[in-house]
Amino acid sequence: MAGKNMSIAKALNESLRTALDTDPKVLIMGEDVGKLGGVFRVTDGLHKDFGEDRVIDTPLAESGIVGTAIGLALRGYRPVVEIQFDGFVFPAYDQIVTQLAKMYARALGKIKLPVVVRIPYGGGIGAVEHHSESPEALFAHVAGLKVVSPSNASDAYWMMQQAIQSDDPVIFFEPKRRYWDKGEVDTDAIPHPLHKARVAREGTDLTLAAYGPMVKVCLEAAAAAAEEGKSVEVVDLRSMSPIDFDSVQTSVEKTRRLVVVHEAPVFLGTGAEIAARITERCFYHLEAPVLRVGGYHVPYPPARLEDEYLPGLDRVLDAVDRSLAY
Amino acid sequence: MTVESTAATRKPRRSSKRAGAARTPKAPDEPQLVQLLTPDGERIEHPEYEVDLTPEELRGLYRDMVLTRRFDAEATALQRQGELGLWASLLGQEAAQIGSGRALRDDDYVFPTYREHGVAWCRGVDPTNLLGMFRGVNHGGWDPNSNNFHLYTIVIGSQTLHATGYAMGIVKDGADSAVVAYFGDGASSQGDVAEAFTFSAVYNAPVVFFCQNNQWAISEPTEKQMRVPLYQRAQGFGFPGVRVDGNDVLACLAVTKSALERARRGEGPTLVEAYTYRMGAHTTSDDPTKYRTDDERQAWEAKDPIQRLKTYLEKQKFADEAFFTGLESESETLGKRVREAVRAMPDPDPMAMFENTHADGHALVDEERAQFAAYQASFADSAEEGN
Ligand SMILES: Cc1ncc(C[n+]2csc(CCOP(=O)(O)OP(=O)(O)O)c2C)c(N)n1
Repeated sequence: MAGKNMSIAKALNESLRTALDTDPKVLIMGEDVGKLGGVFRVTDGLHKDFGEDRVIDTPLAESGIVGTAIGLALRGYRPVVEIQFDGFVFPAYDQIVTQLAKMYARALGKIKLPVVVRIPYGGGIGAVEHHSESPEALFAHVAGLKVVSPSNASDAYWMMQQAIQSDDPVIFFEPKRRYWDKGEVDTDAIPHPLHKARVAREGTDLTLAAYGPMVKVCLEAAAAAAEEGKSVEVVDLRSMSPIDFDSVQTSVEKTRRLVVVHEAPVFLGTGAEIAARITERCFYHLEAPVLRVGGYHVPYPPARLEDEYLPGLDRVLDAVDRSLAY
Repeated sequence: MTVESTAATRKPRRSSKRAGAARTPKAPDEPQLVQLLTPDGERIEHPEYEVDLTPEELRGLYRDMVLTRRFDAEATALQRQGELGLWASLLGQEAAQIGSGRALRDDDYVFPTYREHGVAWCRGVDPTNLLGMFRGVNHGGWDPNSNNFHLYTIVIGSQTLHATGYAMGIVKDGADSAVVAYFGDGASSQGDVAEAFTFSAVYNAPVVFFCQNNQWAISEPTEKQMRVPLYQRAQGFGFPGVRVDGNDVLACLAVTKSALERARRGEGPTLVEAYTYRMGAHTTSDDPTKYRTDDERQAWEAKDPIQRLKTYLEKQKFADEAFFTGLESESETLGKRVREAVRAMPDPDPMAMFENTHADGHALVDEERAQFAAYQASFADSAEEGN
């Protein structure tokens, strides 16, 4: 099925199917992942084809889901667990942070924790509270975890393969408002390395760095800026831990300006880390301070206000203008 | 109060398969429940639980259930029309909610999930207030203290701990109020719920855990949450559990009243399992045809909580035709009021995002508020300039 056009949700589904097919140790676990196929249908059909020994509907208990996945991993399995929505990962946060992240170090590398925690995250779907958050910085801050987020169908397919094959715990953030966006997936391709950024659009005047749901907004912003004669490069970070600073640096040395965009609050966020590192690395190249566009230091607002909260085209272009004005 | 013994206490049959893959078959026979009104509308006796209601009080419970169902149907319709982003229907759970809700005193406190529209009704919360969060204009929309009805809680099980702590506070204050924590059968799997059971038992907190076992947690049946009947779990924590027919409003009232009185007497928590059924989808986003059969729903429709009380009222001649037609027009009026209120509900001012983040203010929020205001104003300016 090389070179097929499919949605991000379908690409994830195909990726999980491939993993279940090729490695008998891979397990899918979570609430409603079985017959229902998950509330976003990412596991659709897997229960039917692989049975409930492989695709496991779990009790409604996130600490239980991650905690038992750790045990299964210790026994040689490769569990891929689904947390139904971003806001519901916190009952499992203790297991993820105090156990999953640290066990490899505590065992001096003698055991492996190949657990993937899938979290549909981010806003833009008009949901009620706890269904739209972007808590990636909370995980990226924890040593021992790897944190990634695809922005398109091809990356969804391949990054899921790589996350499952990784011997480290991977927190896999799925941009839920992009689940239905379609793209080309070549399942015979040689995949891009999991933790390496990708230039999604070339440009010379300014770099926009983003990941997950905001890559699309940044590509639109770059297209809009082009109409005004501005050449904007878009870097899709793909991984928030580790972050591929080298690729960002290469881009910034060319464009001399950087704006980091994410949905999560700006304060103490991923953008703050990138701004600090790039300022250190590129101080003499920069023509403007690194700017950040993101959420505010307030609870994610009710749905009718999320368009004001989420960085849209206007806010990204505003930051582009501000940067270019230096 | 003794723990009910039921047919479902039998050990789950050993499957020939490995335990991990085993499924406990649902008991084919009805589990034994506290019941005061049969599905056919027959009034029956129970040795431990009784209610003695006047015809007027019985009509009152009927009215509560009918109006709650009408409100719920209106909200579902409003979601279909795009006026609400989501709705969690209580269809089928009216008796559990009205029965338990009408057992409460004004000074008692309720900690609901996101589906307790009938309990809110009993507490005197204006039903239109419940719709704000489902429309997406706020995250709650009422003052919990004005009706002793806490905000809806979406994170499963969290509120059972809040209820327990609140009940611990009541004891410290030397008051004799009680607290009811609502939750679902799925929620019973959460660690928070187990911790609430532990704390309430240890501190002898006056809390009634009212679980509406509506058989499903989204797509997962109760067998995916537990292997012993839920109410029996209380015993292991050191307090009584009782299973009540959740479609029998009289039994729900009697059992909850008794549990509340026990709490007031200083005898600690009780777990009430209201055995009922979610007749609709989990929420308007859910598609139950993916995981359950029509037969199941039809079997439960025969036990409809509203019809059964209606049969009883009619048989006893406690209500005449005028009552029922009057109630019908009252329902229509309520539906109309809710419809109009929702359509008139304004979108919040964007600046509202920055309100109420902290009680004592926060410099960073103030700074971001000012930046946001300036950014908003820049659009107004360019509009004026005709750009
Ligand atoms: C901690 C947490 N995990 C997952 C969810 C998503 N979710 C919302 S409702 C629900 C099922 C709840 O079932 P139950 O407790 O039986 O209550 P019911 O909705 O059936 O009344 C799930 C899994 C959530 N809200 N919170």
